[in-house]
Amino acid sequence: MKYLTWTDEAALEVVREHAEKPGPMLLTLQALQERFGYVETSLLPSIAKVLNVSRAEVHGVLTYYSDFRTTPPASRQIHLCVAEACQALGVRDVVKELAAAGYEVGERSKDGATDVVGVYCLGNCALGPAALVDGNLCGRVSAKSLVAQVTS
Amino acid sequence: MTIVYVPGDSAARSIGADEVAALIAAHAAKAGIDIELRRNGSRGALWLETLVEVDNGNGRFAYGPVTPADVDSLFANNFLNAGTHPLSLGKTESIEWLATQDRVTFSRVGIIEPLSLSQYEAHGGLAGLRTALTHPDVVGEVLASGLRGRGGAGFPAGIKWRTVLEAAGDQKYVVCNADEGDSGTFADRMLMEGDPFTLIEGMAIAGIAVGATYGYIYIRSEYPSAIEVMNKAIEVGRLAGLLGKNILGSDKSFDLEVRAGAGSYVCGEETAMLESLEGKRGMVRPKPPLPAISGLFGKPTVINNVLTLASVPAIMKDGSKSYQDRGIDRSRGTQVFQLAGNIARGGIVETGFGISLSEMITRFGGGTLTGHPVKAVQVGGPLGAYLSADQLDVALDYESLAEAGAMLGHGGIVVFDQSVNMLQQARFAMEFCAAESCGKCTPCRIGAVRGVEVIDRIIAGEEREKNIELLNDLCDLMTEGSLCAMGGLTPLPVRSALVHFPLEEVSK
Repeated sequence: MKYLTWTDEAALEVVREHAEKPGPMLLTLQALQERFGYVETSLLPSIAKVLNVSRAEVHGVLTYYSDFRTTPPASRQIHLCVAEACQALGVRDVVKELAAAGYEVGERSKDGATDVVGVYCLGNCALGPAALVDGNLCGRVSAKSLVAQVTS
Repeated sequence: MTIVYVPGDSAARSIGADEVAALIAAHAAKAGIDIELRRNGSRGALWLETLVEVDNGNGRFAYGPVTPADVDSLFANNFLNAGTHPLSLGKTESIEWLATQDRVTFSRVGIIEPLSLSQYEAHGGLAGLRTALTHPDVVGEVLASGLRGRGGAGFPAGIKWRTVLEAAGDQKYVVCNADEGDSGTFADRMLMEGDPFTLIEGMAIAGIAVGATYGYIYIRSEYPSAIEVMNKAIEVGRLAGLLGKNILGSDKSFDLEVRAGAGSYVCGEETAMLESLEGKRGMVRPKPPLPAISGLFGKPTVINNVLTLASVPAIMKDGSKSYQDRGIDRSRGTQVFQLAGNIARGGIVETGFGISLSEMITRFGGGTLTGHPVKAVQVGGPLGAYLSADQLDVALDYESLAEAGAMLGHGGIVVFDQSVNMLQQARFAMEFCAAESCGKCTPCRIGAVRGVEVIDRIIAGEEREKNIELLNDLCDLMTEGSLCAMGGLTPLPVRSALVHFPLEEVSK
C-alpha cells in the first residue's frame, strides 16, 4: 500500500473535507489513516479545533479503536485471525510458528518489514486459518505460506 | 455464447479464484474460444471453492474444487460443453448439498453477478419494493411473517418497526448492522458481496414502512471487499433511481451510505454501533431509551442485521404467509446457518428452523475436516455455549437452544475435534471479553480481567475447587450485572466449557 508522507497542512485539508458530515470524527480519523497510513498525534489539537470538540474526545476515539496507528506502518501487513473458528483449525500453532520465524503476533517482524496483527474474525471461517495479507483475504494459511507471501 | 462463472466472493478468492479466472480467460483467448466470464457471488458451498460453472445454453454445470493447476485439464476435457472431468459435479442445481437447502434470503447469492441490476431484477429483485410502495401496511406484513432479528437477539422485526413508525420525529433512520464480528459467521459478508441489492431493497422497504428517508450500513473494517461492493451497488442503485428522491418513480425518497467500523467487536451491539456511527467511542448506551424511540443522533431508528433486512424483500414479494409457513413454533422462516471451523464441508446452509445440530454437522458438514471425532461445537459466536458430542441432538431454533442452555446467535456453528482443550477455550472467552469490552460497566471491564486470572490459577492447579467456585460467582455477577451481552453472555462459553467437559490439563 502506498501512503502519502504526513504533513500537517495536507492532513488538515483531509480533516476539513470531512468536518461537515454528520458524526465526523471516526470518518475523519479513518480518512487520515487511509491517506497517510497513520495519525500523527501532534495534530490532535488542530483536529479538535476544526471538528469543534475537545482534545480528549479526539484522543478517546483514536485510542479506542484497534485499527488506528499513531506511527507509520511497516511496508507489509499481516492480519491473522486468532478467533475460535481459526483456533479449531490450529491457528494457535500458526501463532507459535510465526513467532519462531521472527513474526510475533502483535509486533513488527524481526526484519522490520512486516506488521503482524492478531484480529478477531475475517469472515472466512470455513476456510481457516484465515489472514489478510496487505488487505487481501487468504484462506487455509500456515506460518510458512504467510512468511513466503510477505517475503516474495 | 458460453458463460463461465468463477466466484468473485472474497472467500473463493482467498483460495485462488482470481488465478483460476485469469487462467480460464487466458486459455480461452489463446484457443480463440469466445466465452463470457462472469464473477458471480459464491454459492456458499465453500468446500467446493473454487466452484467453476459453465452455461452453454443447457443450464449450469459445476466443477469443483478447481485449483489453478486444473484449468488445462478442464479445457482438455471440453468443460465448456459440460464435458466430464474428475471434478465434474453435474448440474449445479442438483448438487445435493445445495438442492436440499431452502434458499430464501440467499436465493440469488452465487447465481447472479452482484452488481448487475438487470440480473437482479430477472431473478425476482425489486418485486418486493414495488409491492411495498403501494402496500397499505408494510409493517403489518412483516409482523405477520414472524420474522425475528437475525443478528442474535431474535427480537420480532415487526414490533421494532411498529415502534419506530409510531414514534414522533422529523427525521428517522434505518441502520443496518453489518458488524458481523462473531467468529464462525460470514453470511452477512457473503450476502453483501454476492447480492448487495437485496440489502439495499430491504433497507428501502424498511424506510418506506416506518417513514425513514436515510440509512446507514455499518460494515466492519475487516470486510474490505464487502465495503467495496456495497459502495458500488449504492452508486448503481442511485443511477437507476432505486435510491434517492422518488424511488422507482414513486413519491417516496430513501438514500443510504456505508460507514466502516474500526476494529471493535462491541460495536456490533446496537447502541455501541450508534455511538460509533456518531463518530464517538463505541461505548454501550443504557436502555431505555430504546433506539426505536431515540436512536441515531437521538432520532427514531430501525436497527436490523443484514440478514433480517435482506429477508424483507422476499416477504413483501411472496407475502408473509409464504415465509410464516417455514420453520417451527415461534422460529418462523428460514435461518442462514454457517458451518465453520474444523468441518469437512463448510459454508452457508439456509434451511427452515428445527434441523438438529447433529444432522447439520453430519449431513451437511460431513464431519470434521481432520476426520477425527467431534469433541465440541460452539453455536452462536464467541458469546455462545460450547456443546459436547452427546448434546448434538438439540434442534436448531431459538427456543430449543435456549432450553439446552445455548443460543442461536447469528447462526454460526464452529466445530472442534479432539485436539481442542476446553479450559483453554474458557480462558479465551474471558480474554476476548477483556480485549473487546467497551469499559462502560464494571462487571464486564474488570470481571473479564479477573476471569482470565482465575482461570489461569485453575490451569496452574492452584486450589482448583475454590477457584472454580470463585469463577462461578464471577460468572453470576457478570451475567446479572453487565450492561449488554458482551459481559452478560461471556459466562456462557466459559461455564459450558467447564460443565459439559471433563477438566483437562493445558499443555504449555
